[in-house]
Amino acid sequence: MDTAWAHASEIAAAVSDGRTSAASVVDGALTRIAKHDRALNAFTAVTEERALAKAAAIDAERARGRRLGVLAGVPFAVKNLFDITGLPTLAGSKINRDRAPAARDATVIARLEAHGAVLVGALNMGEYAYDFTGENVHDGASRNPHDVSRMTGGSSGGSGGAVAGGLVPIALGSDTNGSIRVPASLCGIFGLLSRAHTFPFVASLDHVGPLARSTRDLALAYDAMQGHDDDDPVCAQRPVEAVAPLLARGSEGLRIAVAGGYFRAGASAQAQTALARVAAALGVTNEIELPEAKRARAAAYIITASEGGALHLDRLRTRGRGFDPAVRDRLIAGAMIPAAHVAKAQKFRRWYREQVLALFAHVDAVLAPATPCTAPAIGQRTFVLDGVELPVRANLGIYTQPISFIGLPVVAVPVPLQPLPIGVQIVAAPWREDVALRIAHALEQAGIVAVTRPSPEAAA
Amino acid sequence: MTKRAKSSKSKTKTPRARAKARARRMLPKRGRKTAGPDALDSFVDAAAHTLDLKIEPAWKGAVKTNLEMTLALAALFADFPLPDDAEPAPVFAA
Repeated sequence: MDTAWAHASEIAAAVSDGRTSAASVVDGALTRIAKHDRALNAFTAVTEERALAKAAAIDAERARGRRLGVLAGVPFAVKNLFDITGLPTLAGSKINRDRAPAARDATVIARLEAHGAVLVGALNMGEYAYDFTGENVHDGASRNPHDVSRMTGGSSGGSGGAVAGGLVPIALGSDTNGSIRVPASLCGIFGLLSRAHTFPFVASLDHVGPLARSTRDLALAYDAMQGHDDDDPVCAQRPVEAVAPLLARGSEGLRIAVAGGYFRAGASAQAQTALARVAAALGVTNEIELPEAKRARAAAYIITASEGGALHLDRLRTRGRGFDPAVRDRLIAGAMIPAAHVAKAQKFRRWYREQVLALFAHVDAVLAPATPCTAPAIGQRTFVLDGVELPVRANLGIYTQPISFIGLPVVAVPVPLQPLPIGVQIVAAPWREDVALRIAHALEQAGIVAVTRPSPEAAA
Repeated sequence: MTKRAKSSKSKTKTPRARAKARARRMLPKRGRKTAGPDALDSFVDAAAHTLDLKIEPAWKGAVKTNLEMTLALAALFADFPLPDDAEPAPVFAA
């Protein structure tokens, strides 16, 4: 079995059947990381010892005749803002290297491991998750497996590169304004944004989710992560609703529309082609407008900048030189925003949510571009959207921000354009992850969306 | 556009269009006195002092550029008409 490119579901089935062992799968992942991560720069730590011990424990369980979990032997890695026992939680920063090692694993890591998955390491990310590029001044940029001179997108850049580059089948990322969906789009993989879990960057907006190479893997990881977290006061109080068994229901009968207006402006030819291809495959001709999406994006930007500035204020006072300058200068500006703007943004947010939720009386899902363009070159500072030159770092998320602003679930699906892939967002009503995943799965079955294996030359 | 032209125009507009026009006027543009470079420089200095933040001279230009962009975005929704009793998105539960 080619475990380098196998889906998590295939690996778990093979380990459970005894066609392969968890130890050999994990060993394969560690070997690939050792070989290819020099080019991809996706990992900031490899947890080899614990991974091998966990794999051996899974194989021992099988030998004892125990039934294995749905992710048995599946190697996975996490953005380095998740706590990993024994490691300082970096969140992409240099400053956090002084932190005490985490005393225990983040709840979502423990949950994936409880289903048999095996943590193999921590992944590169934009500093303090305030980033859409995947660049990091301390650890170096995450590199796009389709062309290592290009951005992975961020801030879950290592998560995008590790999955698209075949190092692991599943990675966890986080998404405040687009940090899962942007790298999923630029790296050409699937990503799921759900409100199920949160992390601290912008308490108002943060979400946690998986990136993977198939919709089934996305659903399996999401199902394993679900459930209330007693350690997280803002984690949703929702009963677990498994989505993996619902994938096969397909998109039949679902009412789908394309987002018009704001979501059309600024999109490159590639972004429009990808969206048109997905819409055509689903037979979607209906277009709807998310009212005031441009203002929504602006309000999300202000809340992010302000809460980010407040979170890091003390570090900005005492350790300003320890930050990535590109992040620091945005955070300082964020700390200076007049409070009236932030209060208004939060009021506007409720108004906007009500308007958008009303649309879901008429549609079950909305299609929108994930990023305005395919992966820009690493180091590229600006690009042109709709005739206006804008900073890349702040604007790769123009289409993702108005969606996460009100916590809607989204599956980012990869459209395999040449030479570079690009994503489309499938947006559903609150807590209808199943709807977005069913549509994504139908598109995957039809071959419209797919993860392309990068050519070996791309990593040269 | 003169000041007079703006005010006479806004009388004929709906509240939302008026707010939009006001937001547009609040966008910092080159040569505009209300949010000109000098005023924002002073604001950055005063805010840094108030927040007890030491901004090194080399950082200041980028901080100001970021703040300028941030305030321009805030202007897009700052005047969006909402009633006084509109509730914010996060609601505290005791």
